Amino acid sequence: MGNEAINDGNRRNFLIQLTSVVGGVGVAATCVPFVASMNPSSDVLAKAETEVDLAHIPPGGMHTIAWQGKPVFILHRTPEQIKESEASNGVLDPEADQKRVQKPEWLVVIGVCTHMGCVPNKEGPGWTCHCHGSQYDDSGRVTQGPAPKNLEVPPYRFVSENKLVIGQA
Amino acid sequence: MPQRIIKWIDQRFPLTSFVKHELTGYPTPRNLSYWWNFGFLAGFVLMLQVATGIFLAMHYKADVALSFDSIQHIMRDVNYGWLLRYMHATGASAFFFVIYIHMARTLYYGSYRAPRELLWWTGQGLLLLLMATAFMGYLLPWGQMSFWGATVITNLFRATPFIGDMVVIWLRGDYTVGDATLTRFFALHYLFPFLIIGAVIVHLVALHTVKSSNPSGINLADKDNIPFHPYFTTKDLYGLGLFLILYSVFVFFLPDTLIEAANNIPANPMQTPNHIVPEWYFLPFYAILRSVPNMVGGVVAMGLSVLIFAFMPYLDRSRIPGGAHYRPMFRVLFYAFAVDMAVLGYIGYVPPTGSSIVMGQVATLIYFTLFLLLPFLSRFEDKWLIKRGLPPELEALIASEEQEKNKRSKR
Repeated sequence: MGNEAINDGNRRNFLIQLTSVVGGVGVAATCVPFVASMNPSSDVLAKAETEVDLAHIPPGGMHTIAWQGKPVFILHRTPEQIKESEASNGVLDPEADQKRVQKPEWLVVIGVCTHMGCVPNKEGPGWTCHCHGSQYDDSGRVTQGPAPKNLEVPPYRFVSENKLVIGQA
Repeated sequence: MPQRIIKWIDQRFPLTSFVKHELTGYPTPRNLSYWWNFGFLAGFVLMLQVATGIFLAMHYKADVALSFDSIQHIMRDVNYGWLLRYMHATGASAFFFVIYIHMARTLYYGSYRAPRELLWWTGQGLLLLLMATAFMGYLLPWGQMSFWGATVITNLFRATPFIGDMVVIWLRGDYTVGDATLTRFFALHYLFPFLIIGAVIVHLVALHTVKSSNPSGINLADKDNIPFHPYFTTKDLYGLGLFLILYSVFVFFLPDTLIEAANNIPANPMQTPNHIVPEWYFLPFYAILRSVPNMVGGVVAMGLSVLIFAFMPYLDRSRIPGGAHYRPMFRVLFYAFAVDMAVLGYIGYVPPTGSSIVMGQVATLIYFTLFLLLPFLSRFEDKWLIKRGLPPELEALIASEEQEKNKRSKR
């Protein structure tokens, strides 16, 4: 290698830039396992499905069960509740009641307020969240803010007349 | 013998000159009032928290099945465990109490103004670190308030554009606040105080570069600065004595006033308490969060309500030096801000009902209006004051400062 190569500024700059880029990519790649280690672990992911026996829930009654550590409300709706829910489309996040249920007498929603994640209480018709005052109707649709969205409907399926499986494995 | 040892060290490390420059001989304005004690007190409380925290960590267990009971174990079985825990829990409140007064003094006397912007901003960074540390520490007892406080605050990150839901799950390491969350909060709660110590060193380097401000708001002549030791070591220690009396009253007689009763119920992910409130030091910001009817808007408003302090050096455009001491309009603004903070704190404490929601919205509006009013008001005020004639002592101070400047430029 002659003097030419040693004094070549362009060559030196190119090598510095190349080294910086390779080094930067290496550092970024090393960060991936550290960041990923903070995501849910395999045993947490394994809690994906929960089976529920519906025979114990009388009409008008509600059960709260844990799915993925979150409360899920299962409301056995009476004909009046169904009629009232189907009569409106909700207020803040309009959605037809038929789209939120598979069978009109069974409402299945995640009991986590879409505002800040508190668990709303069953009060009168629908639910009230005491953290910040949001209200939901008997279809789990938000009727008063600050919650921006309706209570989420989890993926579920009826495996028999009185058996429900929440989640998708 | 000791002289010889000190000489040996001085040849290898600047011990004597460092102590003389930065501690004993450090030039300090002679007119500092007791409002200038609170930086020292904050440093003292930090050391207290680190010391009690390390000893509590020797008995605490960060596991959802064990953590609540391990607190009971500390309270009942560990020798002086009750004292360590009450000192640590009261210390958290004491830390915010001292820091809020420290910040109020900075605002009142205009200590954030040039050339102390970096000093103010490193302080702002310290406030954020302190808030994060306190928030994570509050989850560790695994009571109902711990659990739901952590749930609500981690949920704020849902406001992140596009990847909000993923960010929340990543922060928690689970679909809800769970074992993974508790363990990582403990690890970070142990780490953060050491980051705070590092940031405090940066804060002090900035302070010793620009030196302390003083109640007049004018940089004093050299003859008006006196050595830190013995004058301010004594003054700081006297203030520490008063602080420790108040602190001890809470630690020994009223420790439960600062702990929400609902936190004595173990965390229950299926049931939110009817009335959840954060610790008193977060109440005003919590009130701002609740006052905005839109979720993303609320999160942005709350973040801005803390970060807006950083803009103070630019919002204050007055040509009169210092803060409220010589500026009546600025003083009115300061007291309006203090009252508004108190109102927001009250609103953050009470459940959201019709009238409290409206009051919170008005107080939130006033909070931001006061900041946005400052550029115009400070300009209007200095024109008015100069036209009206400044107070004679201020004229004299400005004149002496001018003289000093001329003398220096002649040299």
